[in-house]
Amino acid sequence: MLRIRNLDAGYGTLTVLRRVSIHVKPGEIVTIIGANGAGKTTLLKTVTGLLRAQAGEILFNGQDIGRMPIERIVMNGCSLVPEGRQVFPAMPVRENLLLGAYVQFKRGNKHDVEKDLDHAYTLFPVLRQREHQLAGTLSGGEQQMLAMARALMARPKLIMLDEPSMGLAPLMVKEIFNIIVRIREQGNTVLLVEQNARSALKIANRGYVLETGRIILEGDSEDLLANRDVQRAYLGREQEGN
Amino acid sequence: MYWQPESECMDREELEQLQLERLESTLSRVYMNVPFYRKRFDEVKFNPDDLRSLDDLKKLPFTTKNDLRDNYPYGLFAVPLRDVVRVHASSGTTGMATVVGYSRNDIKTWSNLVARILTAGGITKDDVIQISFNYGLFTGAFGLHYGAERVGASVIPISSGNTKRQIQIMQDFKTTALVGTPSYAMLIADTMMEMGINRNSLSLKYGLFGAEPWSEAMRKELENKLKIVATDNYGLSEVMGPGVAGECMERHGLHIAEDHFLVELINPQTLEPVEPGEAGELVITTLTKEAFPVIRYRTRDLTRLIPEPCACGRTMRRMARVFGRTDDMLIIRGVNVFPQQIETVLFEIEGVAPHYQIVIDRKGALDETTVNVEVSESIFFDEMKKQSELKETIKKRLAGELGISVEVKLVEKKTLERFEGKAKRVIDNRKF
Repeated sequence: MLRIRNLDAGYGTLTVLRRVSIHVKPGEIVTIIGANGAGKTTLLKTVTGLLRAQAGEILFNGQDIGRMPIERIVMNGCSLVPEGRQVFPAMPVRENLLLGAYVQFKRGNKHDVEKDLDHAYTLFPVLRQREHQLAGTLSGGEQQMLAMARALMARPKLIMLDEPSMGLAPLMVKEIFNIIVRIREQGNTVLLVEQNARSALKIANRGYVLETGRIILEGDSEDLLANRDVQRAYLGREQEGN
Repeated sequence: MYWQPESECMDREELEQLQLERLESTLSRVYMNVPFYRKRFDEVKFNPDDLRSLDDLKKLPFTTKNDLRDNYPYGLFAVPLRDVVRVHASSGTTGMATVVGYSRNDIKTWSNLVARILTAGGITKDDVIQISFNYGLFTGAFGLHYGAERVGASVIPISSGNTKRQIQIMQDFKTTALVGTPSYAMLIADTMMEMGINRNSLSLKYGLFGAEPWSEAMRKELENKLKIVATDNYGLSEVMGPGVAGECMERHGLHIAEDHFLVELINPQTLEPVEPGEAGELVITTLTKEAFPVIRYRTRDLTRLIPEPCACGRTMRRMARVFGRTDDMLIIRGVNVFPQQIETVLFEIEGVAPHYQIVIDRKGALDETTVNVEVSESIFFDEMKKQSELKETIKKRLAGELGISVEVKLVEKKTLERFEGKAKRVIDNRKF
């Protein structure tokens, strides 16, 4: 579904990512783990077109999206849930969600939007309760749910999540990750960027370890969990056994 | 039957992406963690960040057995020793041993890759598998052992040697699959005949042989004598051990685990890549090894790649059976000769037992080669005329195959040394 080859990306003359190659197959949850500043967000920004690649190739369903305008990338089915949620605080929950359906209107599918809203409320019942509340009054976890629901309103094929667990209480983190699994079960493909490596690897099929802009390890999640370098650097303790 | 169909039958384009990803992360890791590789890369001014395609691998220097020896024992490990759960070593018959290490994940990968070749060779969880490789520092026995357990077969870790007991156990434990070197399998088969054991009293169905080059003719002989389906598998400890490549039921070339190993074929003299389809020395780069990755390792094994898709459905390319090693290659009177060529000729001749020995001497400035061949008793005690006829036939056929003339000596059955591990059939008395 997504295939990135030798991507160099960064800001101005600064190169953050160096020849990054990754792929995501339909129906997978793939996670990119790495420390703060490793280049995880830069990677997602480049895929969504918020940043332009300095070199390399980004193929989405066989189509080169490296030079495509952002709205066409979203239109093609690639949605981002940005770091820090980025909801519109002064707008009610419902309107935030309708903004996410913008491409559905453009596609001429506006009749589906009510159905999609209902679907979003089923996945996130708390949002239905808060339908008319301003987004700014929601808790961090609820705002994260809103950001995810808003991305789903565009009916994406690939949903990319940037640090969804950031700043959330452990119980809420668990719930968010459960929802990510449910999103996949409903036929979506997920690219998940996380500092919370353990939780991310537990739900992902495969993972990549990004270190100072380079992929230094890739593999099945269970193998990465068993890798001692990963354990030392990202899981916070050395595990025996497995 | 496949063990990991999603990998073994992977779309080639998808495979290439995976290989690139894995090559890039392997290069980043060895550059970071192994001073030897960092120095080597720096010497040719290669920055791993500059690799943009699988083809760029050609910019890197080769790694040789000598590099492994120079870094004895742990110099090329890419992880700290505390992350290593197993150490193996090669025999070091021609010098210092070479040492390799495995992380927990490496052992898991190894098990799965051997499970692939076992499955391809007919093994299922219902099989009783007798592992007649020598258990120890050598990787053969443990590799096959792990793979067989992974598949769920019942493993008999009998090791090599004590041939009569091997046969006893084969009968009593109802062994269905034999694993070992082809030369040892031949010894087992011959011993069985001498003991007067009826092949039909055995449950044997499959033979998975490797660790030394053998010929197609020897396969036929083993299949007939033991009434088995015999497959060839390939590996070397420096790269992982068995599991690098193995035959499927088509028995026409060994599928390489290309999702874990990147292979190249080079001309061993010029070190340039050979033309597609041409024979050359196999060079392997590991793509997933954690503890002991190798970059462009020269295996010394000579083979050919078979690019055509295989009828079995696997998309992994095949290599032809290894027909020799660059260090087994004998240069006799300036002509390159491989022991396997001689074996192939001998197997085709009626009345010749599959045991032979090649002795090379230098008389003055000339090489003199003698092939000692065991012949059946009837011929040995037969009239002189028949004997010399057979001798002439062998000489003529060998001269035709090799392009040089060799002496042939017929010897009585069971006079040549037998081998329980890798066979050693060449005695080179020349001093250079």
